[in-house]
Amino acid sequence: MTYKYIPHTEEDIKTMLKEINAESIDCFFRDIPEEVKLNRDYNLPDSMSELDVVRRLQELRDLNTNNLVHFIGAGSYDHYIPSIIKHITSRSEYYTAYTPYQPEIAQGTLQYIFEYQTMICNLTGMDVSNASMYDGATSCAEAIMMATSITRRNKVLVSSTMHPHTIETIKTYGHYNGFDVVLLNHQDGLVTEDELVKQLNSEVACVVISNPNFFGLIENPETYVQKIHDNKSLLIMMVNPLSLGILKTPGEIGADIVCGEAQSLGIPLSFGGPYLGFLCTKKDYVRKMPGRICGQTTDVDGRRAFVLTLQAREQHIRREKANSNICSNQSLMALMTTVYLATMGKEGLKEVCLQNIQKAHYAYKKITALPNFEPVFTSPFFNEFVVKTNVDYEVIKEALLKENMMAGVHLGIYYEELKNHILFCVTEKRTKAEIDRLVQVLGGLK
Amino acid sequence: MRNYDKLIFELSRPGRRGYSLPPLDVEMEDINNLIPENLQRKTDNRLPEVSENDIMRHYVNISNKNYGVDTGFYPLGSCTMKYNPKINEDMATFFQTLHPLQDENTVQGALKLMYELSEFLAEITGMAKVSLTPFAGAHGELAGMMIMKAYHEKHKDFKRTKVIVPDSAHGTNPASAAIAGFDIVEIKSNEDGTVNLEALKAALNDEIAGIMLTNPNTLGIFEKDILEITRLVHEAGGLLYYDGANLNAIMGEVRPGDMGFDIIHLNLHKTFSTPHGGGGPGSGPVGVRKHLVEFLPKPHIEFKDNKYILNCDCPDSIGRLGNFYGNFGVLVRAYTYILTMGKVGLKHASRMAVLNANYLETKLKDDYLLAIDGICKHECVFSGLNDKSTGVTALDVAKGLLEFGYHAPTIYFPLIVDQAIMIEPTETESLETLNEFVSIMKKIAQIAKEDPEYLKHAPYSTPVRRLDEAKAARNPILKYEEPHE
Repeated sequence: MTYKYIPHTEEDIKTMLKEINAESIDCFFRDIPEEVKLNRDYNLPDSMSELDVVRRLQELRDLNTNNLVHFIGAGSYDHYIPSIIKHITSRSEYYTAYTPYQPEIAQGTLQYIFEYQTMICNLTGMDVSNASMYDGATSCAEAIMMATSITRRNKVLVSSTMHPHTIETIKTYGHYNGFDVVLLNHQDGLVTEDELVKQLNSEVACVVISNPNFFGLIENPETYVQKIHDNKSLLIMMVNPLSLGILKTPGEIGADIVCGEAQSLGIPLSFGGPYLGFLCTKKDYVRKMPGRICGQTTDVDGRRAFVLTLQAREQHIRREKANSNICSNQSLMALMTTVYLATMGKEGLKEVCLQNIQKAHYAYKKITALPNFEPVFTSPFFNEFVVKTNVDYEVIKEALLKENMMAGVHLGIYYEELKNHILFCVTEKRTKAEIDRLVQVLGGLK
Repeated sequence: MRNYDKLIFELSRPGRRGYSLPPLDVEMEDINNLIPENLQRKTDNRLPEVSENDIMRHYVNISNKNYGVDTGFYPLGSCTMKYNPKINEDMATFFQTLHPLQDENTVQGALKLMYELSEFLAEITGMAKVSLTPFAGAHGELAGMMIMKAYHEKHKDFKRTKVIVPDSAHGTNPASAAIAGFDIVEIKSNEDGTVNLEALKAALNDEIAGIMLTNPNTLGIFEKDILEITRLVHEAGGLLYYDGANLNAIMGEVRPGDMGFDIIHLNLHKTFSTPHGGGGPGSGPVGVRKHLVEFLPKPHIEFKDNKYILNCDCPDSIGRLGNFYGNFGVLVRAYTYILTMGKVGLKHASRMAVLNANYLETKLKDDYLLAIDGICKHECVFSGLNDKSTGVTALDVAKGLLEFGYHAPTIYFPLIVDQAIMIEPTETESLETLNEFVSIMKKIAQIAKEDPEYLKHAPYSTPVRRLDEAKAARNPILKYEEPHE
């Protein structure tokens, strides 16, 4: 019996058993009670050769429609990914390592985490970042638990304009962890100060606002952040970090904790994961942060070096009293984002942001000029927008699929009142020709 | 380039760039007309300005300061650092252009893969159904504890607010139970880390929601009384949760479901060979027996009318645990691994992992103090050196290994073993590798007697030497500040 990942020859096995005075491999399993043993082969396929495995996976791949021209966003975005990223992240010095428990031989990992933390802070205008989280939705749930712990309050005001799946995730955590989620109604697609003031009281730990919100609109919490702070509550902003090439930073706005999904920074769509959650905050709250944190120090020879730090917050030391149960980070995805941000750099991020805004607005203008489509919200948006139509969504979707294009999300599945509303997304990757074709197809539908 | 020590920010020069974008091909509007100025950032984004060559060299050079499974032996106990097959990486690229919300009819291959993988994992663990949603082991534990709570809530059994966790458990277990809103009842283990039946009986009552166990336990010992344990917990109205951290010990031999566990989580990045990624992404599927299927996270992947669907109509589900369906790219790798190994290969992997661990245990026990003398499973645990007179600690042994070109084992875990050194060789290491490791471990034991100071200051030739960790925590520097600031 030989397998390419297992080096033991029959001879090796004999030698090893003899060396340690064991009569057979079976004797290592003798302590397992006979009544629970499996005593049969797994009901699984037989071992396959590499060529056959590839054929099987090719079959599965070909059951999908790959390389669609995406006009769909809603939490996952089809952006340009510079080639260099895969060349760096496919280095096995990075991807076959684990959490840097032995910093002397893990400076590569620790250093890019330090760079990642720096970039996240600079982008968001916050003081400190952790080493990353699983995804956007869980980073938001963690941010909320952090806020409930800081304020010792357990009511959470969540904007109804957040991603519906993120709201559901927050509610899942809230139900079990014991915080109450109250949704803030929106007006014309935005959270309003009036609605917020109505709900603010001494039990409110935090207010959670996403920016841009699920409808693509730009919220303006700057107008009400003071009210939140006067109530001794915290402002959590969940942001699309790509938008911060242009948009006002949570730091400038006065947010206390910032979280979000960083898939838009160099990470492939990959049917929803793995993605990258991020979480950063003000200096005062650093010891309340969940997850790994990398810090700078020196070695015994005085050289600059990096190490996991502030570990007294974490589960392996504090067990059930830890800030969070998380014990890893989404490290390789953080490397992708770090390389993306280094590659795009100061100017590239602004430019890519600008192109998203310009192209989305071009598409918006064209689509809303069509007789069967009309605008819905009036406030500024980033790279997604909502339109209302009297054409059936299934008709639109099928017509676009015929042209290898994917329509935006039908909002009717999330909101009773938004039947026949579609959320389109246009990134820098979409060409004018593709947008024009989209408009042409939509224009021909009834 | 051993002395390369720049940060990417220190390579930045105004005007350099590493990207190219096509020129804007739609009419350009004044940005201030689209985004009012009061909504725009005023501060500099302070990202570096570097050329593509700068970036490549930088990240290649710092990668050389890393040690991975592809560099050498990585016997990190409890982490199952087995070889990460390369074909798995290639297969994951097949699905990269799929949007998670694109039309269901256009992702039938991806859904079929997920459906089949969950069936495979259900067969391997003896569970009725497995959800692939959790992003990592800790996330799978959290999902499992939420399911435990949902089950009792469904039965209006609201006073079951406590979970039993043995003191030998990984710290994540009590932390996950606490995040799910449970109080923790810690019970003392026997010396070999197995469950103390008397302590268990004393702890069981109608406030106990369940127990979290690993089997084989963190000392590599199989709970021989497992059927008695499951009987006692079930009779008291509780559920049993299985931490899949040690599944690599028992594939093909025994299944958690057959032992009587109700809920399990797995780590695809351990047993199923997906890369650890420097800390992640992992994947922590959660599986349950039949009576708990309705509580699995949303959405459920089902096969209906000859079509794979994402069913969001699952009213008893604990709910969503993330925006989409878990770390799909990791699932592709695990699926590829299972196909490659096949039904017999998986069993063989566990048998060779256990052979390797027992080989190391026997070969090292003359120099290192065995925590438990007897056969182990996929890992063996020592309590420092046999000769305690030298003052050489588990940490010093670990740092000595770094000096001699190895990754260190897990140290100071499990907590119930003084000076714990936990070695997990995995099945993908050869007899020659094990022999070389044994000779280095013996050499370290020898040095400990002759020149303990050498080990206390090791390592010497690594990219950096021992770090001042106290300084890092006392005065945290958590990001790069430009010199003029």
